[in-house]
Amino acid sequence: MSTPKSLFSRGSALSSGEMLSKSEAQAFLERVVKLSKAETIAASLGGGYQGNIRFAANRITTSGGVNNSQLVVQSGYGAKHAVVTTADFSPEGIERAVRQSEAIAKLAPDDPENMPLLPPQQYQNVDAYFDSTANLTAEERAAAARTAIDAAKAAGDLAAAGFILEGSGYSALASNTGMFAYFPATSANYQLTVRTNDGTGSGWAGADHPDWKQIDFKAVSDRAISKARASRNPVAVEPGRYTVILEPQAVGDLVQLLAFALDARSADEGRSSFSKQGGGTKIGEKIVDPRVTIYSDPADPQLLGQPWTGEGLPLGREVWIENGVLKELQYSRYWAQKKGARPNGGLGAVKMAGGDTTTEQMIASTPRGILVTRLWYLRQVDPRTVLYTGLTRDGTFLIEDGKITKAVKNFRFNESPLFMLNNLEAIGRAERVAGTEAGGNVVMPTIKVRDFNFTSLSDAV
Amino acid sequence: MTTRRDFLKAGTAAGAAALVLPKLARAESLATRVATPEPPPMDPAVKELLTEALNAAKMGGAEFADARIGRYRNNFVITREKQIVNVVDTDTLGVGVRVLVNGTWGFGASRDLTKAGVVAATREALGIAKANAVPAADRVRLAPATPTPDGRYVTPHTTDPFTVPIEEKADLLIRANTEAMKVPGVKFVNSNMFFVKEEKNYANTDGTFTTQTVLRSWLPFAATAVAPDFSDFQTRTNVMQPAARGYEYLLAAKPVEHAQQWGEEAAAKLKAKPVEVGRYDLVLHPTHLWLTIHESIGHPLELDRALGYEANYAGTSFIAPPQKTLGQLRYGPKIMNIQGDRSQEGGCSTIGWDDDGVKPDTFLLIKEGVVNDYETTREQAPMLDWWYAKQGRPVRSHGCAHSDSWSDIAFQRMPNVSLLPGEKDLSYEDLIAATDRGIAIIGDGSFSIDQQRYNAQFGGQLFYEIKGGKITGMLKDVAYQMRTPDFWNSMDMIGGKKSYEMGASFFDGKGQPGQVNAVSHGCVPSRFRNINVINTGRKA
Repeated sequence: MSTPKSLFSRGSALSSGEMLSKSEAQAFLERVVKLSKAETIAASLGGGYQGNIRFAANRITTSGGVNNSQLVVQSGYGAKHAVVTTADFSPEGIERAVRQSEAIAKLAPDDPENMPLLPPQQYQNVDAYFDSTANLTAEERAAAARTAIDAAKAAGDLAAAGFILEGSGYSALASNTGMFAYFPATSANYQLTVRTNDGTGSGWAGADHPDWKQIDFKAVSDRAISKARASRNPVAVEPGRYTVILEPQAVGDLVQLLAFALDARSADEGRSSFSKQGGGTKIGEKIVDPRVTIYSDPADPQLLGQPWTGEGLPLGREVWIENGVLKELQYSRYWAQKKGARPNGGLGAVKMAGGDTTTEQMIASTPRGILVTRLWYLRQVDPRTVLYTGLTRDGTFLIEDGKITKAVKNFRFNESPLFMLNNLEAIGRAERVAGTEAGGNVVMPTIKVRDFNFTSLSDAV
Repeated sequence: MTTRRDFLKAGTAAGAAALVLPKLARAESLATRVATPEPPPMDPAVKELLTEALNAAKMGGAEFADARIGRYRNNFVITREKQIVNVVDTDTLGVGVRVLVNGTWGFGASRDLTKAGVVAATREALGIAKANAVPAADRVRLAPATPTPDGRYVTPHTTDPFTVPIEEKADLLIRANTEAMKVPGVKFVNSNMFFVKEEKNYANTDGTFTTQTVLRSWLPFAATAVAPDFSDFQTRTNVMQPAARGYEYLLAAKPVEHAQQWGEEAAAKLKAKPVEVGRYDLVLHPTHLWLTIHESIGHPLELDRALGYEANYAGTSFIAPPQKTLGQLRYGPKIMNIQGDRSQEGGCSTIGWDDDGVKPDTFLLIKEGVVNDYETTREQAPMLDWWYAKQGRPVRSHGCAHSDSWSDIAFQRMPNVSLLPGEKDLSYEDLIAATDRGIAIIGDGSFSIDQQRYNAQFGGQLFYEIKGGKITGMLKDVAYQMRTPDFWNSMDMIGGKKSYEMGASFFDGKGQPGQVNAVSHGCVPSRFRNINVINTGRKA
């Protein structure tokens, strides 16, 4: 493993900028693959631009623009392999990364679960690149941020804090087995918290879409402001089991927790919620309410995710839970081969199918319950039941006799998405959410559930 | 998430307790300063590029600017049971330029380390600052900082982990895994080595030039025992704390020698008694308490949180506004002194100069139980000028500016935040012996806290029932819920100097875009009275 004497005395720019077209990325990766002296090489490349602007206390605080790219090289000799990443794209820098991955791979012990690289694959086309986002300027970002700042300032009793992150980029993958994948995408995410200056109210709203034009900054601002005002002077309500209406944001936080639990290997090994007592998995068993269907599909027009995994495995529509029945677990290529199953990509871009109950109908049919805007700080408590703890935040309200009557103090919950989806009362329209703790492309409905387990109160606003 | 050092033969003072008290790691063997390699001067090519950026910023109208060129490397060796899963080396290198134009920040970053690339990043920063121009009243004001024309720093270490051959690292892990697998019931072991090397070069328009190399080392390890009928599984993890040290630190922790014990602890958890809900006195070991300090003290005393700057993500703070807390708000008892610093050897936040070009100082965040200060940067210190004037102290940053990469903007991050030892020479065992009905907790587990840091819930790794001053058996499914000020005010006994240990996190998240910070928390074993304990076990 050699290192250069001076790390910094060379150029590393791509003459064409950080955003590469399909043919440019392919040509770049072909050069990398040709450098290889190993038995196998897989190289992935990603790059682009990300712009951000942050504001708080009604003023812009930090803001930046970053151009970056990264090359990841995996070399293999038989069952030995190693990965090296670099941002140095000079010819010497690329060669160094390839040689270093070869050197480390030779030293690495055998990986008995090593899988051969995939041959060429067919991927579905997902169009997630929008010029409206790619051509954005710093002035447009600042103007968008000022939508909320100006509204909060004009109100006089509100403080806005928010963040806009947008970018354009691509990822690409190639190997000496002839595989090649390329996916360009843009992204735009807006999250806003408005707090009342008396410190008793806080409201949150957000929006997310690859197409900047789809983000309605005014609507997000209006929603956060109205939640902030409505949440002032919350009253304490005894913790316990409540009928709860969870907005899509909160549902997304909880449903995404299933990602780890869906691992087939853990289930087969007896260390998962989906392990069957006595051996095997719960595939084919009814695990939640029959109205629940959860699937991944990068081509879904609401999801628009990357249609292949880091290994180049094509991603299609993968139904995890259908009408309440566990249909599929996540199989890695190794575990799938061992178990005679089909490898798939895991939860990734995820959607829970919606229903036709409106939030207003859910509220109207609730004699006593809690409406939850979003959740915070979700952490696993017990993997045996996918039990997590966390708190409500930025808009928690009491429902009495079919109406929202007052703001309530936030609750800590100890709850499992599996218990929650078993206690389903109603499902609303599925929408794209902007700020789950795990992030990613997530589409969720508003749901109403009974017996949601709030275990203590929080004084936090 | 944890690493430790040499191990103590625990329990001799506690009589029968010795039978079930686990042997715990101690920092003693590495407590003395290791020989620090001489830090090299800044690479002239780097200095030239940094100067180029600063000149371009000044030409473009910046009243202040700084530039960072950094190389950030990670090395991972990942294993499970008796096999290697992967070996990964990551390496990224680039420049980040921050400019202040008419009191408004702009930031540009690029991995193009040519003169043209550095100037383009500076222009990006200038353009953003101008597009975001704020009204005069909102302009940023920076606290003065003494310029450092030639600052050099290297993390004290004897062996750079990036020079240790992969096969040696893998062999150590596989041998540790093998030892743990010898324990009946232990079916799975996951272990990794994770090393960080940051070569950071900084310059600002005050005339500061610093070059620093930071090393961090960690050995995450988890042993899982499964009941024969698949009715239960239990994991023992977070066995060693991460630290800003070299490879010698992982060797001194003797993972191979201790792995069997960790496996036995996982298996023992299968047979542990489910806890009865109720109120208990808790004796919290430093391997556990560090995380409670991190969440319920370290975060609420971040000044940006207290002033609402993190409202949209990490949240605000119940220690606010500063006008009503500094010198007034009682956080805990008189025996509670909380120190902020970036200088403790091995501390993950320890550094020579921060990403504002400031030499961090050591300060008391909580003095005899009362709020005394906040964690600050150069932008934030002037916001507390009234408090420093009252105390006859200069307005200066505590040196808490940090960026996790060349590509991210520096902002306020947590320094090492530590509970200082008590005057009495008490040990963990002494605290247990003094407790009539309680639970002793070792190791950090599940953790969750609200956005103002009031309501928290913590699990742990190992739970022991205390009756009549003795450990009487192992418990499982334990978590405690707390309201921060009530919890700290219930602390009535703390350990002495000899019982002080550091715990750490590699991944403290904050900011938008999200950045991680590595930070350590020193503390002594402490007792908390009458805390609400819940049982987290349920049936699927």
